[in-house]
Amino acid sequence: MSTRHTERRKRATLRWIVIGLTLAFFLVPLYGMLEFTTRDLINGGRTGRVWTTLFDVSAVTERYPALAEGFLASMALAVFTVVVMLLLLVPTMTWVRLRLPRLTRTVEFICLLPLTVPAIVLVVGLTPVYAWVTYLLGEGTVWLGLAYVILVLPYAYRSLDAGLRAIDVKTLSEAARSLGASWLRVMWQIVLPNLRTAVLSASFLSVALVLGEFTIANLFSRKNLQVAMFELGKSDGQLSVAVGLASLVFAFVVLFAMSFVGRKEKS
Amino acid sequence: MTATPSPAATARGTEVRLTDLTRVYAGSVRALDGFTLHMAPGEFIALLGPSGCGKTTALRLLAGLEDADGGTIEVGGRDVTSIPTNKRDMGMVFQAYSLFPHMTARQNVEFGLQLRRQDKPTRHTRAAQMLELVGLSKQADRFAHQMSGGQQQRVALARALAIEPQVLLLDEPLSALDAKVRTQLRDEIRRIQLEVGTTTLFVTHDQEEALAVADRVGVMNAGRLEQLASPAELYKNPATPFVADFVGLTNRLRCTVSDGRARVLGGAVPLLSGSAGDGPAIVLVRPEGVTIAPVGAGSGGAPAAVVSASFLGASGKIVARLESSEGVGELVSVQVDNTDVTAYSPGQQVLLAPRGDAALAVSAS
Repeated sequence: MSTRHTERRKRATLRWIVIGLTLAFFLVPLYGMLEFTTRDLINGGRTGRVWTTLFDVSAVTERYPALAEGFLASMALAVFTVVVMLLLLVPTMTWVRLRLPRLTRTVEFICLLPLTVPAIVLVVGLTPVYAWVTYLLGEGTVWLGLAYVILVLPYAYRSLDAGLRAIDVKTLSEAARSLGASWLRVMWQIVLPNLRTAVLSASFLSVALVLGEFTIANLFSRKNLQVAMFELGKSDGQLSVAVGLASLVFAFVVLFAMSFVGRKEKS
Repeated sequence: MTATPSPAATARGTEVRLTDLTRVYAGSVRALDGFTLHMAPGEFIALLGPSGCGKTTALRLLAGLEDADGGTIEVGGRDVTSIPTNKRDMGMVFQAYSLFPHMTARQNVEFGLQLRRQDKPTRHTRAAQMLELVGLSKQADRFAHQMSGGQQQRVALARALAIEPQVLLLDEPLSALDAKVRTQLRDEIRRIQLEVGTTTLFVTHDQEEALAVADRVGVMNAGRLEQLASPAELYKNPATPFVADFVGLTNRLRCTVSDGRARVLGGAVPLLSGSAGDGPAIVLVRPEGVTIAPVGAGSGGAPAAVVSASFLGASGKIVARLESSEGVGELVSVQVDNTDVTAYSPGQQVLLAPRGDAALAVSAS
């Protein structure tokens, strides 16, 4: 009895040590950022100057237009990427599962391929494509989303695949079809609601990836949040780091809110 | 093969004609090979056969879930061969649990009605009626994961019937359930079908199920209908050796055919039409077509030794090993009264003899 007790306590202690170390791993850099942004570099001591500037929306828009622009662009990109990714992947993967199971491997291979291609190589390949994108659709930053859809494919594919495996898509859609549902309705009313968790996690990953993307945007000379931060870093290091910290916290809040929405709808 | 509709069919349902259906899968597997079936309005037909015989394919073609490579499907006089599933108006219950997991039982039942643009009060009333019909009024607000397998299949049945389909399709709906629930639900399906009068096609590999519920049973083999007949007819007068062997328990015994009679177990029995000609053959004999008596009881027959004697509740079963020259070493199952089981014990010498009408069919050995 007592040995089992000690055993259990040991395991609990170990658990806390692991949690503590993990938290430290994440929190120490954040603390470093916070510490740096509150330093008064001229007079010594602490100051909230950077943070008051950052949260004064009108001041930021006026003094750092690139930052505001980058922030909005990244938001738009996140939404655009998620929407296009879902429109592309959910019907495709469902259809492959229902009608073309022999294509499963091919689709999986294609979706996982971007993992093996470094962003810089991707840009080289995308350059001529984007010449056409610019020609046809204009120079808007939001079209970067098309490249981002490719970037998020592997992560989104994995999440959605797990979701599709968890339900019997074939029987459910056949049941709905026999009751009179069109394919569109099958997707919208039967498949999607049952893929909610998978869709949400695919969206989380996509949003996180888009909010943190720098290479492609920078190489294409488009301004997203990361590029704006980088540029800002050249003139105001403290503010740049503050924006970095704020965007991390913001991303965390967005993801948390999304998961909360997902859970609330289920109950 | 064609057969006249049984008198049990009511006039309420819709007539279904499957004519010369062919379905070829990749690798030129002929799942259906000239399959023809005529269902009278309101008739309950069970398709029975071993796995891979094409019974599920036939049902899926009728449902529109797969396309026919040849032949026509007519429902109520209308050719629906190229009409998509969602426009065919068929209720279907699947082998796998198919309730939409994100909806309650009631919402599941209402789904088809919603697609037919019925207003909310009508939908509610209809769903309530249907759930009552399957005895699940109290479970209306439960989700699939809160119900047992049997309950889920009942809701699926209610959902299929709610849309008042022209045809009800049952694709082995009971095979995932345990034995007791299976029998219960089987009888209930029949009760409900008689009540609503929907023409029903029921696919199963369980002969007992098929014989118990259907007006007529179609036995399938290799993509074709071997025989379509009432359960009693099928059991007593199987049209082919395959049907004889597949339906009911059957002893396969070596015999010699001469002058239209098979010599087996020391006796001679008349043969059914379609049997093999003169010479050595295999005769199919039901366990109830064999009599058994202890040696010295006076009657004649083939000597055998009892291997096992089992009490089966309503009846008993004796298995004996033949010791005669013909078919030496073959095991024969004999059905006896449950009170007679105790009269036999393993090792005991007995005499087996065929009853007058014992033989079902004979195939060449």
